[in-house]
Amino acid sequence: MREVELAIIGGGSAGLSAAVSAYDAGVRDIVILEKGPFLGGILNQCIHNGFGLTEFKEELTGPEFAARFIAQAKERNIEYHLNSAVSSLTKDKVLSYMNPEEGAVQIKAKAVVMAAGCYERSAGAIAIPGDRPAGILTAGQAQKFLNEQGYMVGKRVFILGSGDIGLIMARRMTLEGAKVLGVAELCAWSNGLNRNMVQCLYDYDIPLYLSHTVSRCEGKGRLERVIISEVDERKQPIPGTEKVFDCDTLVLSIGLLPNNDLLNNLGIPQGRSRGSEVNEKFETSIPGIFSAGNVLHVHDLVDNVVEEARVAGKAAAEYILGTSEEVENDITVVPGNMIGYVVPAKVSSKGDDKVSVKFRVREPSKNVYIVYELNGKQIKKVFKPVIIPSEMEIQALPKSLFNGESGTLTVSLIKKEEVK
Amino acid sequence: MRELICICCPRGCRLTVDDDLNVTGNFCPRGVAYGKSEVTNPTRVVTSTVRIEGSDLAMCPVKTSEPIKKGNIFKCMEEINKIHLVAPVHIGDVIIHNVCGEEGIDVIATRNMEKL
Ligand SMILES: Cc1cc2nc3c(=O)[nH]c(=O)nc-3n(C[C@H](O)[C@H](O)[C@H](O)COP(=O)(O)OP(=O)(O)OC[C@H]3O[C@@H](n4cnc5c(N)ncnc54)[C@H](O)[C@@H]3O)c2cc1C
Ligand code: SF4
Repeated sequence: MREVELAIIGGGSAGLSAAVSAYDAGVRDIVILEKGPFLGGILNQCIHNGFGLTEFKEELTGPEFAARFIAQAKERNIEYHLNSAVSSLTKDKVLSYMNPEEGAVQIKAKAVVMAAGCYERSAGAIAIPGDRPAGILTAGQAQKFLNEQGYMVGKRVFILGSGDIGLIMARRMTLEGAKVLGVAELCAWSNGLNRNMVQCLYDYDIPLYLSHTVSRCEGKGRLERVIISEVDERKQPIPGTEKVFDCDTLVLSIGLLPNNDLLNNLGIPQGRSRGSEVNEKFETSIPGIFSAGNVLHVHDLVDNVVEEARVAGKAAAEYILGTSEEVENDITVVPGNMIGYVVPAKVSSKGDDKVSVKFRVREPSKNVYIVYELNGKQIKKVFKPVIIPSEMEIQALPKSLFNGESGTLTVSLIKKEEVK
Repeated sequence: MRELICICCPRGCRLTVDDDLNVTGNFCPRGVAYGKSEVTNPTRVVTSTVRIEGSDLAMCPVKTSEPIKKGNIFKCMEEINKIHLVAPVHIGDVIIHNVCGEEGIDVIATRNMEKL
């Protein structure tokens, strides 16, 4: 069996960034395994701009951002295999993959970085009553068809879910001549960035129906109409509030989930983000197996993806080269009041001078404090005039705050009036 | 009088801009600048795709090199949709010069499309 030092699962922005960082930290024997026919991952189909403001200090489109990382990997001659989906991974870090040139291959790696991205929740996940006609697909599928093949998925389109991909596709399909009739969102707030609300919906007078869902799909063979209803506090359709839209296509933008089966199958504990639990070096409970990017938690900015993967790649290199310091991850980080998830799940009270904690709130809130408590004792609080679920929060915590203490670190959202 | 949402930060202040360009509803000065420019000269970067022959995909993504006037977006799409490319094409290659007659603004390729 071929042995390599570092195997990377996925050649998207996270995989490429981890590979480049591991190379620069001194590892040479690296293999990237990519399921698709290109490097760059999901960015290749995201032809809109808005990527790279932190990383490159300019506003790039997805393919341009990807091209810069592809170039960095190629300059270093990092080995990669396309059309090579990894089908299994063992605790001993044996990976199986297959491609047309090599056939079925097994390789054993000293360290693995998991960077397989995320997938979209599909129609099956929400069970809309009514017919099951053609013409119901996810926003990412619509995006891939249109932007890579030039194939428009429909002429009259309704969108369910106000996630950013749905908003981006509302504009894109409008520009290509489709009529986008509206966007229905189950929550009482939009799950997209303000910028996308304004530039994708308001610019084209596309209505947004908050606290609404598609309660029925109808059509023989092809979708003919959707019926939307307002929902109550329990998110159930309210009878009598139905609106009918004649349309041939329903685009779903109802959420992304980490594509983390390979690590789940190893029994690595899962966090509330639905990715694996990791420590501050992005290492899982199995030493030498790391995870970064959308497979760990779904990001809104690729700049944060490549930064996180850089840390993971460097840590993997240190593991391989035997230069990593033995530190005990003696603090468990948990999401408290109104916090959706927190990454990382474990940190060390010692070691590096600071740790960066990433989390999302459950609901939009105004005038609140984010409070950090170690074993119930407040060690930091940060005032937030506004905080929304669609923007990931990043907070650097100096380790001096921990005072060498181990235990549980809780991140919570507290209303201004209630803070002591 | 126009009502707008400021997009400069997640707060998303609801701005009102009157006929004399007085901005209200902003929490910070950035909202004033945004409100004024949105009302006097709104611009957008347009991103789209162009048919291409001889590469592994049917479409090559493109963008305007600078934001163009908002009123020109659909005209820009018409110009873009007339173009057919032949591979290879590289990032930054100019596809249309002075799009919609806007001096110095080009439509450029945003992906390297190699010849098969
Ligand atoms: C539609 C969309 C719009 C976005 N818009 C913006 C934006 O405007 N601005 C911004 O900054 N960010 C945006 N983002 C976020 C950002 O682009 C992504 O978060 C980032 O690119 C994710 O990188 P990744 O490497 O984790 O995942 P991906 O890019 O998805 O890469 C994962 C790779 O792993 C491969 N893979 C999966 N399973 C296997 C397997 N078993 N074996 C081998 N390979 C495998 C996949 O083929 C894929 O290439 C957007 C994301 C999406 C989905
Ligand atoms: S006015 Fe200031 S605070 Fe309000 S959204 Fe704009 S930038 Fe944010």
